[in-house]
Amino acid sequence: MARIGVFICHCGENISATVDCAKVANTIAKINGVAYSTDYKYMCSDPGQTLIKDAIREKHLTGVVVAACSPRMHEPTFRKAVAEAGLNSFLCEMANLREHVSWVHEKAESTTQKAIDIVRTLVEKVKKNQPLDPIKVPVTKRAVVIGGGVAGIQAALDIANCGHEVVMIEREPSIGGHMSQLSETFPTLDCSQCILTPRMVEVAQHPNITLYTYAEVIGLEGFIGNFKVKVRKKSKSLDEDLCTGCGLCTTKCPVKKIPSEFEQGLGFRPAIYVPFPQAVPNKPVIDRINCTYYTKGKCRVCEKVCPTKAIRFDQEDEIVDIEAGALVLATGFNILKTNFFPEYGYGKYKDVIDGLQFERLASASGPTLGEIRRPSDGKVPEKIVFVACAGSRDPAKGIEYCSKICCMYTAKHAMLYKHKVHNGEAYVFYMDIRAGGKNYEEFVRRAIAEDDAKYVRGRVSTIYERDGKLIVKGADTLLNGRPVEIEADMVVLATAGIANHGAEELAQTLHVSYDAYKFFAEAHPKLKPVETNTAGIFLAGACQAPKDIPESVAAASGAAVKVAALFSNDELTRDPLVAVVNRFGPPLFSTCVGCFMCQPVCPYQAIEKEEIKDRAGNVFKVLAKVNPGLCQGCGTCVALCRSKSIDIYGYTNQQVYQEVVALLNE
Amino acid sequence: MSSVQHQVQKKGSLMEEILDSREISVQKCYQCGKCSAGCPVAEDMDYPPSVIMRMVQTEDKAMEEAALRSMTIWLCVTCETCAARCPMEIDIPGVMDYLRQRSYEKGMANPKANHIISFHKAFLDSIDYTGRLYELGLIVDYKMRSFQLQQDVDLAPGMIARGKLGFFPELIKGRKNMTDIFRKTLHKKGGLK
Repeated sequence: MARIGVFICHCGENISATVDCAKVANTIAKINGVAYSTDYKYMCSDPGQTLIKDAIREKHLTGVVVAACSPRMHEPTFRKAVAEAGLNSFLCEMANLREHVSWVHEKAESTTQKAIDIVRTLVEKVKKNQPLDPIKVPVTKRAVVIGGGVAGIQAALDIANCGHEVVMIEREPSIGGHMSQLSETFPTLDCSQCILTPRMVEVAQHPNITLYTYAEVIGLEGFIGNFKVKVRKKSKSLDEDLCTGCGLCTTKCPVKKIPSEFEQGLGFRPAIYVPFPQAVPNKPVIDRINCTYYTKGKCRVCEKVCPTKAIRFDQEDEIVDIEAGALVLATGFNILKTNFFPEYGYGKYKDVIDGLQFERLASASGPTLGEIRRPSDGKVPEKIVFVACAGSRDPAKGIEYCSKICCMYTAKHAMLYKHKVHNGEAYVFYMDIRAGGKNYEEFVRRAIAEDDAKYVRGRVSTIYERDGKLIVKGADTLLNGRPVEIEADMVVLATAGIANHGAEELAQTLHVSYDAYKFFAEAHPKLKPVETNTAGIFLAGACQAPKDIPESVAAASGAAVKVAALFSNDELTRDPLVAVVNRFGPPLFSTCVGCFMCQPVCPYQAIEKEEIKDRAGNVFKVLAKVNPGLCQGCGTCVALCRSKSIDIYGYTNQQVYQEVVALLNE
Repeated sequence: MSSVQHQVQKKGSLMEEILDSREISVQKCYQCGKCSAGCPVAEDMDYPPSVIMRMVQTEDKAMEEAALRSMTIWLCVTCETCAARCPMEIDIPGVMDYLRQRSYEKGMANPKANHIISFHKAFLDSIDYTGRLYELGLIVDYKMRSFQLQQDVDLAPGMIARGKLGFFPELIKGRKNMTDIFRKTLHKKGGLK
């Protein structure tokens, strides 16, 4: 005979404000098989948990229903409490009275009735619950970090310094990411490359880190602790072991006028190139789309000049499988290009540039060696207009969010410009100044008060050319929308930060959820900011949302700690809520008929074939079998099984049937 | 780290003048509006104090002229509520004072402010001649300058009865010093009178 204990939580006032908890407890107490029923203000608190534990011991309960919030947050809490009282933790179920009842209904008799109905179904389910044991799976103590920007570098170094192996995969020929392109960083104005490049070298030299540049993740199999990452190492047309990085080939390459990605199109590179002088690894790759040999079939100058004969024109892409226990996604972000803004001179004006291009102009290693010169004629601009919120906070253009970093880097740009061109005028059009961060507000005020950046509150409506000047038309909303017209020499658009290209495809490859803007989604916005919904895959940096450097680094260290915690155990325990194909003694063995319709529908490749042999060793039956290590308990196979031979532990057909019957038989 | 003050060409703007002569940085104003919110005479002003600050910030000639021709600068009673409350600690009455001076010098004072200017002059006359405030003298002086003969006359009997309007001035000891001060400052070229 079942002895079920039911515990109704008030959740402060979250539930009790619309649900009569005492009435729920009293009504449930009358159900056959309920040995104990009570309500309490905070079940998840220590006294609340003690209440449950005491009841289990004193009333000899065989099952527990906690009617409180969503099981997502506190099911582990209550199952742990139940286990501490000596009951199998899977004999505890949660009824969701908060998200499913109190938060979505007004206070009424019917609301309380709904709560009673939900608890009642769970009571009937628990009666059919079976004790289950957690599944143990081994952990491969190797992490894969995807992306070699500042977040990826931080995460890789932190994990590697914990003593674990790390494989870093970078799409570009060099690690460094956007930070390596920046001139100086806010709010301290320290040189971006000076603080980043030592970390890049550290990654390359770390004994625990294997670096794959010019490589992409093309597949992922497995699950937390036991991933298999498929990586395509794109051909660099180079034997990296022979190459000394002397750079002779890059100087002799006859194709020289390819717009450099690193210089944001403001400089040029040859077809065999190192993206920037401080690149890690500092060895070139051949860009096959622009190389004369690959397009026209002849040239091979690089091969002739190479002193170590390291060029390999016939080198093919290599596919590598990496076994890993955890993944860190640090694929970063990108910015909208200026062609997103027809009203600001789409495709017309060379001197309308974006923030990243300005970074290259201001960078000492940039195409102008740090002098601010406009792209069209190389003149030093006497008047620059910076436009903040170019694309951000603009629902009409499809980007509703604030890109967060633009306010700060625009203030920095205005400051850098004024430091380099003393008599220049810097105008900043802004909507709000969002300078939340340590020393950030002070930095913006300094740009205004000390460096004389002219801030105008209002959005620029249009930019057009007149007599060699860019006419910027805006309004000063602090003066009743007074029209402001500025004849500028150059315009810098602080274009919106967006998800990196390829983010959506990667998310789909890795089965990681992403938001409407293709940024990767965290598992919980507050309490699980670096986890994804896929166990074992973590987030670092701006692939999640626009973030500045300190935030990216902090998130990366957070993700690294999560990986290190995962690797601190030799085995992982998982909830045993997996599918199982039934088995009996001979001669039936199973009701499974071996149709294997379940096999192609399984998203996790967890269905295997099991051969049933007679005593002579002859196979006379092939049955489906679920690998509990791979199964995620989604239930697709259960729905498809024609002979009803598959069940999911914790959600068996019998349990669900009992729930439905309970609702029907009032 | 810290930004460097470079030798930058002067634009000849009011904002620069205020910074150079009074050491008040109008640039610092971030337009929170607290000065306008607390100003006791803001309702009667044509532009609230924060807008005057913004006009000066633009360094735009048309905006500067609008500020100089405004009534706001004359209606400001220098109660200093704004300065006491300003989060950026800007001496807003000091800015108003500077604008009044420039407005008067350039002959840009708002015509509606003539009475107020008459009162300022009458007040200074009283200090110049007696070394302190001589109420009756001030009233007579003001009425002669402004021709506002009937203004506030009904207040006079009560004030006389309570001894608030002495018929004769009370002179200070160092009147000569006071006169010297006036000669050195106001009576210079470009001063009042």
